[in-house]
Amino acid sequence: MNKISEIFKNNKAFIGFLTAGDPTLEKTEEFILSMEKAGADLVEIGIPFSDPIAEGPVIEKANIRALSVGTTTDKIFDMVKRIRIKTAMPLVFLTYMNPVFVYGVEKFFKNCHQTGMNGIIIPDLPFEEKDEVLDVATSYGIDVITLIAPTSKDRIQMLAKDATGFVYLVSSMGVTGVRSEIKTDINAMIEDIRQVSDTPIAVGFGISTPVQAKEISKTADGVIVGSAIVRIIAEHGENAGNYLFDYVKSLKDAIS
Amino acid sequence: MSKGKFGVHGGQYIPETLMNAIIELEKAYTFYKQDKEFQDELTELLNDYAGRPSRLYFAKKMTEDLGGAKIYLKREDLNHTGSHKINNVLGQALLAKRMGKTRLIAETGAGQHGVATATAAALMGFECEIFMGKEDTDRQALNVYRMKLLGAKVNVVTSGTMTLKDAVNDTMREWTKRVEDTHYVLGSVMGPHPFPEIVRDFQSIISKEARQQILEKEGKLPNAIIACVGGGSNAIGAFYNFIPDQEVRLIGCEAAGKGVDTALHAATITKGSLGIFHGMKSYFCQDEYGQIAPVYSISAGLDYPGIGPEHAHLFDTKRAEYVPITDDEAVDAFEYLSKTEGIIPAIESAHAVAYVMVLAPTMKKDEIIIINLSGRGDKDVAAIARYKGEDIHE
Ligand SMILES: Cc1ncc(COP(=O)(O)O)c(C=O)c1O
Repeated sequence: MNKISEIFKNNKAFIGFLTAGDPTLEKTEEFILSMEKAGADLVEIGIPFSDPIAEGPVIEKANIRALSVGTTTDKIFDMVKRIRIKTAMPLVFLTYMNPVFVYGVEKFFKNCHQTGMNGIIIPDLPFEEKDEVLDVATSYGIDVITLIAPTSKDRIQMLAKDATGFVYLVSSMGVTGVRSEIKTDINAMIEDIRQVSDTPIAVGFGISTPVQAKEISKTADGVIVGSAIVRIIAEHGENAGNYLFDYVKSLKDAIS
Repeated sequence: MSKGKFGVHGGQYIPETLMNAIIELEKAYTFYKQDKEFQDELTELLNDYAGRPSRLYFAKKMTEDLGGAKIYLKREDLNHTGSHKINNVLGQALLAKRMGKTRLIAETGAGQHGVATATAAALMGFECEIFMGKEDTDRQALNVYRMKLLGAKVNVVTSGTMTLKDAVNDTMREWTKRVEDTHYVLGSVMGPHPFPEIVRDFQSIISKEARQQILEKEGKLPNAIIACVGGGSNAIGAFYNFIPDQEVRLIGCEAAGKGVDTALHAATITKGSLGIFHGMKSYFCQDEYGQIAPVYSISAGLDYPGIGPEHAHLFDTKRAEYVPITDDEAVDAFEYLSKTEGIIPAIESAHAVAYVMVLAPTMKKDEIIIINLSGRGDKDVAAIARYKGEDIHE
């Protein structure tokens, strides 16, 4: 499989997010592959959590849908194993601290390694608590993605300094969800990060249109789209595959 | 570098978006904790506005009826707004004012913390928004109207189980949306550091007074302190100044709902396991994959799947004990205290009364129990009547 850093070489990366098990794990597998075919460079796979406090209503409901059909962390690892045979695209998990902690940090990252995951994003694990997973994750070659927010300010350089994989630049205040306008001064934050780190920077939270993606990709190394994808899945359910292909292609084309 | 640890519990597991706000809060609190002017202003508010010190009342009829230990009630139910919640809220609101914040947000279960926050906001001129689960706005309708009367906006939370846990989720989400001018008045000894410490300090006035009062009345320390536990703020407040007194038993009563052998309970210590949620490492009711369990209690204030990190540590070190009390036991105690002493307790506090009804008869007549009567029951009367099959609506 490819390393995360490779997708940013001479390429503006498109990163898509979906929730595993929404509407079923078989469909998740199919959707990931259609996103790849449409040009996605990396997919974030959400491990559903009962109480996703960084999520707006769209992704929160996807979490609940996935859990209600019996999606579990073990079944998600099985799906990753199956999909790894079909694609070399880097894959990262997005989940909350509790599912990882209760599963067992050692066992969780060992399974990540064995099934072929590349990284993990944990929204409720700030820099101050990273010791909870960092050593174990690193020992299994899993990148723990650093999140930087509009409120990070004087913390930016401390956060960015040791970032691996990519830096996840949170473009908006609040929770995930589609926004008509991105108000944060992304360019200034990107400059601050670049002063201390060569790690590629991907921007997410609120992005949904090709125009927004194109604008952001002028300075960022990649764009992350979540809620807009999950909304398509919510709307079209099992038949979302083709719609996802068209949508992801329109965004990838816009930043290429 | 993890901060705010109680043994293995505590910490700061929150999104990066909130980290600077939490650090700012910690700095402000560290400063004002030592600031005489701040402390004097708070004391004046607690005394003249909230009605402190609260009385320590000897429940003579209850003592005689149960035929064992002498029972005292620490009357937090007599505070302005009807519960212990005001102690914490006045402290945090004053702190928020000093920090230049103009807006308060808060979660609420039973509505007592929401009412207290709305009250402080009215008093000190803050904009105020309260988040409350739909289940709770239904069963505590009177408190919803009270908050509105006080000028607060009440947001009805319809996600998840629509109770206290979900109200906390949505208040955290709201704080990440608008953090610059907003202080989150957390209502219990939970959440990320420094909240468990701040709320405990503001609530510890309960045991500071109670310790002095019992020494004046009895010339000795009590044998046991009993309090109900939701997140654990009234209990930690009642325990705190007795923690060094090893001979004083500290007993928390958690909600067993329909019974700890059913799925319908909120008995975190009895049935929970170690986890990381709502900003803290502590015990939670959850499944093998770390999905938080949909908990249940007749009491909206105890209907929470976690417990504050300091309680988790007091349990680990065996300094405090935690017992489960069912809905039926709490309702019996609610009626018992009303009939025996002419005091209608909050259904939350009735959980503590229920355990004393079992414990007191097993103790000697010269032994002493203090119940922290965390709130009054006016808000619960209609719901208990319905529970008993009467068709009463507010
Ligand atoms: C009267 C009363 N007691 C107790 C509680 C439970 O909270 P805590 O455990 O933080 O004291 C509540 C919460 O709403 C309450 O209203």
